[in-house]
Amino acid sequence: MNKVKELPGEAIVAATQAPSIKNSFLAYVQRVRGGDMGALPAVLGLVVLCVVFAAARPSFLTAINFANLFTQGAAVTLIAMGLVFVLLLGEIDLSAGFASGVCAAVLAVTLTSAGLPWYVCMAAAILTGVVIGTVLGTLVAKVGIPSFVVTLAAFLAFQGLVLVLVHEGTNISIRDSVVVAIANKNLPPWLGWALYLVCVAIFAAVQLRRARSRTRRGLTADPLSLIAFRVGMLALFAGLAVAALNLERSRNPALVSLTGVPIVVPVILVLLVAWTLVLRRTAFGRHLYAVGGNTEAARRAGIPVDRIKISAFVICSAMAAVGGIVAASRASSVDPNTGGSSVLLYAVGAAVIGGTSLFGGKGRVLDAVLGGAVVAVIENGMGLMGYGASVKYLVTGSVLLLAAGVDALARKRAAAAGLR
Amino acid sequence: MTPLLEVRGIDKSFGPVKVLHNVEFSAYAGEVTALVGDNGAGKSTLVKCIGGIYPIDAGQLLFDGAEVHVHSPRDAGELGIEIVYQDLALCDNLDIVQNMFLGRERKNGILLDEDSMEELAEKTLSGLSVRTVKSIRQQVSSLSGGQRQTVAIAKAVLWNSKVVILDEPTAALGVAQTAQVLELVRRLADTGLAVVLISHNMNDVFAVSDRIAALYLGRMAAQVKTADVTHAQVVELITSGRSGELGLKNGVTP
Repeated sequence: MNKVKELPGEAIVAATQAPSIKNSFLAYVQRVRGGDMGALPAVLGLVVLCVVFAAARPSFLTAINFANLFTQGAAVTLIAMGLVFVLLLGEIDLSAGFASGVCAAVLAVTLTSAGLPWYVCMAAAILTGVVIGTVLGTLVAKVGIPSFVVTLAAFLAFQGLVLVLVHEGTNISIRDSVVVAIANKNLPPWLGWALYLVCVAIFAAVQLRRARSRTRRGLTADPLSLIAFRVGMLALFAGLAVAALNLERSRNPALVSLTGVPIVVPVILVLLVAWTLVLRRTAFGRHLYAVGGNTEAARRAGIPVDRIKISAFVICSAMAAVGGIVAASRASSVDPNTGGSSVLLYAVGAAVIGGTSLFGGKGRVLDAVLGGAVVAVIENGMGLMGYGASVKYLVTGSVLLLAAGVDALARKRAAAAGLR
Repeated sequence: MTPLLEVRGIDKSFGPVKVLHNVEFSAYAGEVTALVGDNGAGKSTLVKCIGGIYPIDAGQLLFDGAEVHVHSPRDAGELGIEIVYQDLALCDNLDIVQNMFLGRERKNGILLDEDSMEELAEKTLSGLSVRTVKSIRQQVSSLSGGQRQTVAIAKAVLWNSKVVILDEPTAALGVAQTAQVLELVRRLADTGLAVVLISHNMNDVFAVSDRIAALYLGRMAAQVKTADVTHAQVVELITSGRSGELGLKNGVTP
């Protein structure tokens, strides 16, 4: 524990080390060895899984399958993004899956029975999520029932609620073109590239501005080489993805052309950037981490702990509603199983596989996207390999357990290395 | 000289148990006032009354000669009274800057103004001559006990506070770290703050304090200048409430 104090020479050297590509890399290696793995397991897992599936089934690497991955994983990823907020507090929301089902049912009922325009129906679905989150959060924060129990009760109750909304098990099909487009239509190829350029430009501008303002104040700033490296990596991988998605993937291009970035991709991107901004750059986000790290310290610092907890549940359920809308769009229908079966566990799995801790205080919205990608690849690849539901469940369960194990072991290791 | 912080005749009961009896206490700017007493003497209760965590039953609190009413930790903070509790109240998963500004973040519109916070934190730490941390963007979980104590103290002085109350800052530290923290305590007083140091350790008390206030069973046994008393006298005041001419006159039975 006292290493820094006993070795002041070493400490001074470390402080004067300028951040360069090499030093950043060395610092990263040190962090990983100390148990702070971040997104490493998810990225490595993703690479391994892709290589294995690509080797076993060449159809895994086709353009159409690549596009399918995004639409298949979208709903789970969106729900996982919301779950990150609750997990950051060290709480859990087991009802997020069926909450998304309830919100999807609200969407379907308002669209078909009430015949309202799509934007009103989506607003109604998200509002339903907000109400659900407020109730759950209030029960956890104000009444003091453990979140596990509150949301387990909600998990059961919402199954009933979905049945009520869809009239005991009928399948309500959705025909509204806007709602169906979200998960089934693509951006025109030029718009995909335009979006790509805007994203890379904004990322570069933000990084450069931050470095400039820090240098002006005399604080340690990232050097240009490191920024160029980051921007280059983003430009490379995002460019490859856009190029792949813009390939023709129709079986019969003469009849129907099928190209472009699926519309869910920018939806996920916008939410990813927005929530990351909230978590990293606002006082609310900072307080969320503080409550997850040390509730008592947060309370003494004057942070309204109860309000923060309720807000986290509201965000979680609202994101579940967004996930529900995407799921309804993809299936073009809502039935009692929407948001049911394995959706919740896949979503929790996605967040944890991505590197969000179940113990609270550690996690990012990006984790949900990376973990969501892993889950989508497993589901998709196993399907291509011809395995049935049984094997899919077994493998996904094992991966979730593995991720939670990595989380727990990393925590232990970090404690030993004095990082936690 | 008017004391910066003065407590007059404070009573405090928890149900049928009277914890503080008519306690008088003063702390002066530029001095370290040690608050000593045996376990259960009422040190922590007194501090929590000053800090606005417990409401007082009777008595007055004077700040810079004027009577003030402190109903919450926030009121105390606004007056410039900061308390560093024994368990430090730091978030392990946040870095040093984030901890120092927790709950009082600087904002630029709705976004956090990280750079100006980092700048001010850096200035505060170097103003306290703290050079033992590698980077102020380091997570608190990676700090040693002494470094954590330093961060907690720096957090308290960041807010232009006038009175800093430290609850047993050296209780969990080793010899070298204790010396460092005591040095920091002395420096705080030398910059003009009124420092109140709660301690069990007579060596610490005699090493840094200008005045000693000894509590005995919820009563203020004596407030004396450190130069005027001996080690043994203070121990007597703590254990029996009196020492020769000093202390409670008409005897208090436990």
